[in-house]
Amino acid sequence: MKEPSNVKDELEFWRWREYNRIVEGKQWTSKDIITAGVDVGSVGSKAAIMINGEAYSWSITRTGSNSPESASKALGLALLGTGLKASDLKYIVGTGYGRVNVPMANKAITEIACHAKGANYIWGPSVRTVLDVGGQDIKAIRSDETGRVVSFLMNDKCAAGTGRGMEVFADLMQIPIEEIGAISLKVDEEPPPVSCTCVAFAKTEAIGLLRKGWSKEKVLAAYTRAMAVRMANLINRVGLEKELVITGGQSKNIGIVTRIEVVLGIKCLPPPNWRDGGLDPMVAGAFGAALFGKALYEKTQKG
Amino acid sequence: MITLGMDLGTQRVKAVILKDGEEVSRGQAFSGFDATTATEEAVAQALKGAGLQRSDIAYSVATGSSMENAPGADSTISMMSADAKAGVYFFPKAHTIIDIGAEEARAVKCDDKAVMVDFVVNERCAAGAGAFIEAMARALEVKLEDMGPLSLKAERASPINASCVIFGESDVVSLIHRQESKPEIARAVFDAMADRVSSMVHRIGVNPDVVLIGGVAKDVGFIAALKRKLGVEILIPDFPDYAGALGAALIAATRAKERQK
Repeated sequence: MKEPSNVKDELEFWRWREYNRIVEGKQWTSKDIITAGVDVGSVGSKAAIMINGEAYSWSITRTGSNSPESASKALGLALLGTGLKASDLKYIVGTGYGRVNVPMANKAITEIACHAKGANYIWGPSVRTVLDVGGQDIKAIRSDETGRVVSFLMNDKCAAGTGRGMEVFADLMQIPIEEIGAISLKVDEEPPPVSCTCVAFAKTEAIGLLRKGWSKEKVLAAYTRAMAVRMANLINRVGLEKELVITGGQSKNIGIVTRIEVVLGIKCLPPPNWRDGGLDPMVAGAFGAALFGKALYEKTQKG
Repeated sequence: MITLGMDLGTQRVKAVILKDGEEVSRGQAFSGFDATTATEEAVAQALKGAGLQRSDIAYSVATGSSMENAPGADSTISMMSADAKAGVYFFPKAHTIIDIGAEEARAVKCDDKAVMVDFVVNERCAAGAGAFIEAMARALEVKLEDMGPLSLKAERASPINASCVIFGESDVVSLIHRQESKPEIARAVFDAMADRVSSMVHRIGVNPDVVLIGGVAKDVGFIAALKRKLGVEILIPDFPDYAGALGAALIAATRAKERQK
């Protein structure tokens, strides 16, 4: 992908990398069940293509102001370089905040079901609790060994802890969002968390702390800690059962993940090495959607 | 008898001086990072206005989110009680007092004797308070004081996310990109906030007379939106931002008399 111009890049600390990936050495024929999942989130749009229920390619791109366009963009990017055409896709499932606006989808399924399914695919049947931290909400999902949802709790209508809230802090601190987690861990001693979880008030509090002479690292640690506590509370309310995994954009924030582990006193299953071609936990919802697509396609063939 | 009320709010400190239960002067200062200094400034201003010395004050009461920082206060009173006292002082039939400040919104239900019987608070979330209007004004590149008059020019409102300042900002930006008019966006901001305040007030009941105080009570855009939402007449005193300080000063008068006995 072409990077935005340097000047713009410097000012937009919230901007995270958009990319697409194709699994090497996989072949497909017209006999294969090729399905796609398109997850249009509030901040990121993700698409995944699966061959017979195995990941083949995926993409992550930023959601624009128009959901159908964002869905097409993500799917187009996932198809890019695969030789596949949209017409080769036997079944497409839309999910996410903008799921009703995925024009090419055969069906829409909630992101809660898709994330549970996708987490089960990425990490295997031992997953029982999924924390999905998206751009606009936080969900704690309990699932069984097949990846089916048992119960869930959601925190929406508030930016605290969400990816959007983290983007605001990246801009405030002038630190690229992908580095924020690691930087927040560069403190000798964990400071007390910020007292306000409301992002608007936390911003004011953070500015006050910076003026008091706190380092950016320390302020970020205090903010990240408060957000991690919030997420841990949601997990405790839904009932924590091992194994725990984290999906969504914030699964890549090592500062958040580490602190959730500290607060809960357990380790999460580590995410695959997505930087090196592994399954990306931010795409979990789209993987789940593509898997549902396969099951739904098989149903149409039988009946 | 001279009494002093101090309201240490998150954005401003207000001071009101009463002489025998009647308001004689006011003062205010930005809270900044040092509420104590700001309070001294506001009190000095009020004393000057009344031609009095600090030693003339028989009793002083502090209220507001930083009330514990008030220099020389004889005692403190909860914001809710101060609201109830002030609301009934201005409008004797008041039973519902809504106080919207910079960072907090409250609604207080009081009985016929101006005693608070129930309340509901929106705290630790900027969406229901003045901070919401301020953030949206910034996103819209409009001065805060122009938001209200601007919103009154709108014929309809565009929908925006009322539940969170951060999401609301993104909504305002996308409305600007869609080339919605500024008056309509401004109206949407007030409607969204009035929606939130109204659902908060409904939790204690909308019992007339309904009184609106706090800094946001000066905003014509918010007043219009809240009237539309609640569907009742809303009474607003002349200096609604000083209501909390006035309530504290009234309580100071009562406590001074008790002390004399």
